[in-house]
Amino acid sequence: MGPLFKQQPKVTAPLRSVQRLSTKKKQDYFWAYLFIFPTLLGTVLFNLGPVLYTVYLSFTEWGAFGNSTWGGLVNYKKILNDPVFVSSLKNTLIFTVLSVPLSIALSTVVAQLLNQQIRGVSVYRTLFFLPVVTMPAAIGIVWRWLYNADFGIINYLLNLFHIKPVGWLIDGNIALYSIIVVAIWGAIGYNMVIILAGLQNISPQFYEAASIDGAGMFTKFFQITVPLLTPTLFFVTIISMINALQTFELIFMMIGPDSLVIRDTQTLVFMFYKEAFINNDKGYGSAISLVLFLMILILTIIQFKWQKKWVHYS
Amino acid sequence: MKKLALFLMIFALVFVTACSSGGGTESGSNSGGGQESGANAGGTNTGGTDNSNEAKGAGNQPYPVTDKEVTLSYQFWDVNQQPAMQKIVDEFNKIYPNIKIQLEVIPWDQYWVNLEAAATGGTLPDIFWINATNFRLYALNNQLLPLKERIEKENYSTANFPEPLLDLYTIDGEQYGFPKDVDTIGLWYNKELFDQAGLEYPNENWTWDDLIENAKALTNPEKKVWGFAAHISQQTNWYNTVYQAGGYVLNEDRTKAGHADPKSIEGLKLFTDMIHVHKASPTIGQMTDTEPRVMFESGNVAMIFDGSWNQIRFRDNEYTADRVDVTYLPQGPAGRATIVHGLANVIAKNTKHPNEAWAFLKFLGSERAAEIQGETGTVLPSYDSAMELWVKSNPKFNLQIFVDSLEWGVGYPTTVQGRKAQQIETDIFTKAWAGEISIEEAAQQVAEGVQAILDEDNAKYK
Repeated sequence: MGPLFKQQPKVTAPLRSVQRLSTKKKQDYFWAYLFIFPTLLGTVLFNLGPVLYTVYLSFTEWGAFGNSTWGGLVNYKKILNDPVFVSSLKNTLIFTVLSVPLSIALSTVVAQLLNQQIRGVSVYRTLFFLPVVTMPAAIGIVWRWLYNADFGIINYLLNLFHIKPVGWLIDGNIALYSIIVVAIWGAIGYNMVIILAGLQNISPQFYEAASIDGAGMFTKFFQITVPLLTPTLFFVTIISMINALQTFELIFMMIGPDSLVIRDTQTLVFMFYKEAFINNDKGYGSAISLVLFLMILILTIIQFKWQKKWVHYS
Repeated sequence: MKKLALFLMIFALVFVTACSSGGGTESGSNSGGGQESGANAGGTNTGGTDNSNEAKGAGNQPYPVTDKEVTLSYQFWDVNQQPAMQKIVDEFNKIYPNIKIQLEVIPWDQYWVNLEAAATGGTLPDIFWINATNFRLYALNNQLLPLKERIEKENYSTANFPEPLLDLYTIDGEQYGFPKDVDTIGLWYNKELFDQAGLEYPNENWTWDDLIENAKALTNPEKKVWGFAAHISQQTNWYNTVYQAGGYVLNEDRTKAGHADPKSIEGLKLFTDMIHVHKASPTIGQMTDTEPRVMFESGNVAMIFDGSWNQIRFRDNEYTADRVDVTYLPQGPAGRATIVHGLANVIAKNTKHPNEAWAFLKFLGSERAAEIQGETGTVLPSYDSAMELWVKSNPKFNLQIFVDSLEWGVGYPTTVQGRKAQQIETDIFTKAWAGEISIEEAAQQVAEGVQAILDEDNAKYK
């Protein structure tokens, strides 16, 4: 053990010792906090506040028009006994497990293809990104029409090949997968943009070195691109997973609460909407959303812990 | 100072962004646009004095209307009726130019969810449509402005409203709204398809058997044409046939659910058999994909049951305008029956302008408003004199049948938690319509579910 205090330790003055700060430092801190104050205020008021209120609501029991009483764990007990919750959970997990890996894989391929200086590359990138900026209502309406079993275009084309019509949105076994297709289609653009940025961060020297060693296209892709892309992929995976677990719009637009296949396609957030707004039972709805929140939190923590295994930070 | 200015600018920017609500609003799925609600046994209304004098200028004013400019919101769900509502507002503004009325059309699919959220948040529109399914819930939870005192103090005559409809919107002697219109159900049919098949058009002598036979004859799967759309909606479809078979949905004093009664099941079976036995109707899956009214409007379905309020929609649709007509519902084993209902205009209890809203409400219930609704062909008004106008407004359709049908009208059966009860009916009967369970089993489950709701309501609100 050497002389520990011969060197001056780095000065990071905590607020406790504000008196020892120079006036300039004090001023700096003041302005710093002042500048982050609006965003902080907004976050507390509009994000944190509602979350805390939802936690509170989840312990209340509801009557007509919002007359609520404290109910303790009654809503949570209800969840444990509710078969609709189980089927919603199942649908949500199937949706996530299928749509996230597929959309990321496809986005990566697309990003790689569009990471070249070919003619009209910005047109292609725009086309892929368009679904992201299209209104969900428009997406829902058009895809519903495409999927219509009797009058939709997809079945019309199948008919030309003498294939029997498929009940894309009315067959309980298929409906969820029809929605997954639309979800993947809609997500490719968003992921593509982020992965493109990640690709362009990879120094071309790696590829040059690999070429000299005689590496082919696929080797370059799997041995250089993918490993160096893992930080970006990590980010995209987390975001996609969180979004997938919260799917609502597509179910609402394309299936709706009265459809005969709602049991086969209902997600947790849709169930939340149905309970909180259609049945006006905000207590039960809040409990559902809290359970989902905890689920997503745990899965995200697992992802973060797991990243050491597969993410290469240069 | 530069820092301060910069800070204030950023603060303003962040706050504005944080305050604006995110996300686009999702508009509803297919437009339903049906007036679904209930009423007591329909009879035609009695005549009486009209209240044109209640407008501005009448002597004593216990509820004075302000001279200042005031804006009221008037919310409803049928976009087909918007032109008529606008016309009513325009005429109202001739008497009260300072009371501006803002029309808000919320599609049927979202109307009740929206309204409930508004009620919970204390932001109900000033005046809005309500139907029997939802009326008791709002009235008994103090969301509606009571009118009895106003009626008495102003000597306002309600003699022109049909008694049963007026009663429907009264609870324990307290009046909460004025009937806006009355509606019944008819059998709409596609004349062209009947001509092509060489069949005679439906008439007043039709029975269920005629409906089945003709539906089968008109069905052509290759051409994607079905004879009849056996849809699952209550007011326009199976509620009618349940009563035509001698069954019932709810008993008179709302204490018993009648779905499992053998006669009720007969009424339900007409629909499920049409799909599974006679194969003359699209499946529930197909009717979920494409709304039956839309199928009717594109010539894919030859007959549907539908209400008088859709006259205007079929009149304005270029396919149906000249190709369809309407007649009486076919008779069932127990004779004739049709579900009768009428909407009411009501005022929110916590409106900021009760006197102005009351003035508008009276105008909405006046003969002139009824005439506008009648002569534009919008809905069958609940005013005797104005009914004729509606019937005559479109000679292409045999609209007289809707007025005649009032004679065998059955009041729309409903309870306080009507919406919840109907969701149970829809959820469980969908399985029977899809062939997953038998209609008898489904009826049993529905009866149990609805009975539970009835018991809840009777315990809480009696």
